[in-house]
Amino acid sequence: MKRVPTYFLSMVLATATLAACGTPTGTSTTTQNTTVAGSVATTSAGGAATMAATSAADTTVAASSGGSGTTIRVYSSLPRQGQSKSQTDSVVNAIKMRFAEDKNQVCGGKFTIDYVDLDDATAAKGSWDEAAETGNANKAVSDPVGMVYIGTFNSGAAKLSIPVLNNANMVMISPANTYVGLTKPLAAGEPDKYYPNGKRNYTRVVTNDAVQGLADAAWAAKLGIKKVYILDDQQAYGQGVAGLFEKNAKTMGITVLGHEGIQAKEQNYTSLMTKIKDLSPDMVYFGGIVDNNAGQVLKDMRAVGMTPDKVKFMGPDGIQTDPFITAAGKDIAEGTYGTVAGLPLSKLGPKGQAFLKAYKDKYGADPQSYGPFGYEAAGVTLAALNQVCKADRAAIRDAVFATKDYDGILGKWSFDKDGDTTLQTIQGYIVKNGKWEEANFFNNGQWEK
Amino acid sequence: MAQTVATPVVPIARRRNWSSLIVGLLLLLVFSPLIVSIATKIVHNPLLLLGQLKVGLVNGAIIAIIALGYTLVYGIIELINFAHGDVYMLGAFTTLILLSLLNIGTTTPWIIRGPVLLLILAIVMAVCGGINVGIERFAYRRLRNAPRLAPLISAIGVSFVLQNVGLVLGGVPVFEGDYWALVALVAPVVVIALAMVLARRFAAGAERKMPGWGWLILIVVAASLAVAGFNLVHHGLQSAVPLTLGDNVMGETAPGPKNVPEVIASVSAKPLLETPFRLTWKDLMVLVMCGILMSSLYLFVQRTKVGKAMRATAQDRDAARLMGINVDATIALAFLLGGALGGAAGMIVGMYSNSAVFVMGFTAGLRAFTSAVLGGIGNIAGSMLGGLLIGLISALSDQYIETRWTNAVVFGILVIILVFRPSGLLGEDVGQKA
Repeated sequence: MKRVPTYFLSMVLATATLAACGTPTGTSTTTQNTTVAGSVATTSAGGAATMAATSAADTTVAASSGGSGTTIRVYSSLPRQGQSKSQTDSVVNAIKMRFAEDKNQVCGGKFTIDYVDLDDATAAKGSWDEAAETGNANKAVSDPVGMVYIGTFNSGAAKLSIPVLNNANMVMISPANTYVGLTKPLAAGEPDKYYPNGKRNYTRVVTNDAVQGLADAAWAAKLGIKKVYILDDQQAYGQGVAGLFEKNAKTMGITVLGHEGIQAKEQNYTSLMTKIKDLSPDMVYFGGIVDNNAGQVLKDMRAVGMTPDKVKFMGPDGIQTDPFITAAGKDIAEGTYGTVAGLPLSKLGPKGQAFLKAYKDKYGADPQSYGPFGYEAAGVTLAALNQVCKADRAAIRDAVFATKDYDGILGKWSFDKDGDTTLQTIQGYIVKNGKWEEANFFNNGQWEK
Repeated sequence: MAQTVATPVVPIARRRNWSSLIVGLLLLLVFSPLIVSIATKIVHNPLLLLGQLKVGLVNGAIIAIIALGYTLVYGIIELINFAHGDVYMLGAFTTLILLSLLNIGTTTPWIIRGPVLLLILAIVMAVCGGINVGIERFAYRRLRNAPRLAPLISAIGVSFVLQNVGLVLGGVPVFEGDYWALVALVAPVVVIALAMVLARRFAAGAERKMPGWGWLILIVVAASLAVAGFNLVHHGLQSAVPLTLGDNVMGETAPGPKNVPEVIASVSAKPLLETPFRLTWKDLMVLVMCGILMSSLYLFVQRTKVGKAMRATAQDRDAARLMGINVDATIALAFLLGGALGGAAGMIVGMYSNSAVFVMGFTAGLRAFTSAVLGGIGNIAGSMLGGLLIGLISALSDQYIETRWTNAVVFGILVIILVFRPSGLLGEDVGQKA
């Protein structure tokens, strides 16, 4: 019994230390961030706290101003921790901004929108998690006033939540999924296996990988690449886009030296890179996301002697984020090619420019590349809700699918019968001086300046 | 041992020989196309094989250093210290933080860079050794006579705690060239050390041993002082003596992989050798450091009196105590050495692969543990051999089979070896304990 107080004391002391460490660190983060350019940065704990606070605030707003008590809840499910956080911060901020522009109301005040920002990532994993995503989908479905589900960020996560929402006729609008098989035939049984009740409920405002794979291969061909080695991270999105790149590269006459899946958590890839170097490619293409060691792949590629002037490195939107540059280091990341579906920020029309300005005024920084898609997803949600004016999931789903010539910040676009956007543009980026800079622009099957 | 003697030895041995032969032949038959294709590839390009052997040797040496931490602890108290991989991760993070705060890079002249790197190595080894000793003191010592499963679960728990420490560290902004932060980190340590020396001096003869929670309070006070000092110094002195700070090496997100600055030679620098295979300064650094660490550990355990005490404790704890060996101190020493080696491995990886991420301890720990088992856990030379073998097998599998099969190949070979030699390649020396 003598031991008990000792243990108790040590627990208390440990907690006190953690608390002591936590607070000053938090303050120094905010003070330092004024000097660091970039996205809105909060620590993950801070992010969670903000999230809780926002949803609580939204609920109170709904309760006080709703009057008739009619609330429609819109859920988003995005990885709010880990490498994708800077992107999803922009998406969530843009969604909030769009809803706030309509004062969180639709149908002239008949309904109040309560937006809930769900996290499908866990700190332990540092990226999206199967259980978390399924839990989010079930939470949205079991909420009687939950009507729209904005998400997911990762295509693999969408594979899990589409069927859950499908059975409940709830519409899903993704601002970021690009895996082709979610809407169009790719692997066996796709896409029908995701829609158990036979009626489509999944839409995306972002161009899918069929276009991105083509655009990446076309860019490689334009850069004069003759031989390429393809790697992927063995996940739905990475394998999908790498496969499409391979297919398109072959038709464009680029020799594909090999295509391999990497172990995502390996310490280093020097042996794999030694093997690739021996085949002397002009380019290594990595289909995957930063969480799955894209930075290490590039580092080891340079470490075994594949110099930037001889061997280029390209990847899809999964690596076109700032954390990629942090992970690889500024010097090593220099000259990396990355592509993202959609219009570049600078080429958005007047509506888009107004959005960028409003965003910067409100959050103090430019949105990351997926921010505009979050705004557009929220816009489509509002349009459908305004049209239906009923808390009827099936009707809202049909209204979203019927979106035609939507005049948004990305331009004028529609959903096709599979829920894919009719926009077919891809923007190319190159890392210059430690920053992603806009390069060429892909439209209607052609790269242009 | 007693059981083996009691059972009739010859028939078992004969039966095992037959079954081994059949299994071996079957395996050979199944994999013969693969073996033929690999052989053709090797004949076609023998230089590539040399290059891959070098890669395997370098990665294997690092794995071996981590594996030594598992084997030292297992050899003495038969506990698989699952937290060891995470101690190694903290070693990499400590390296990253010190290198960044000191702003050491490839442009720093060697006359400064060399001593500073050695100093960092000493600090990292001391920090990680200390962490490991602390783990033993608070998480394992009380469970030493508990059922086997209890310390094992405790070890897994400690592993999670350390992983989360790494996660928190990943969210603390660390700016390149932030010397004041370094001052704030080092000052409380110096103050506490001085306080301890003085306390001992004035309390001499009192024979009062400091209780465990006393140490804990000291550590907590030091940590709080460091945090308070950091804030004070950083925001007080920073404005008075402005420093030009570089980037925040921890980046935007806490869990993301961090880039450890290059310190040995920049990527664009000319390598040591280009033909017949590429050998860089970094490869050489890993081989030399791992060689020194391994041989000094081996000599320490085999040639010194304290090493003899360690071996005695491993053989029979009670008899060792009867011989006047301080068993608790010897076990703590094993943890200190293991942790120090883990920290050194973390620093070596940080300088070689230039990455630190909070989950890195898990994969590396799994590999290292596998190699310790392969070589015969508890046997120091066995762990070194096992680590090198696993590194070589991984590299060859990456080259001649495919990366996604590498783990399958590594564990497949482990299974085959354990079928033939259940106690590992050099594992005959262990298992003497009743």
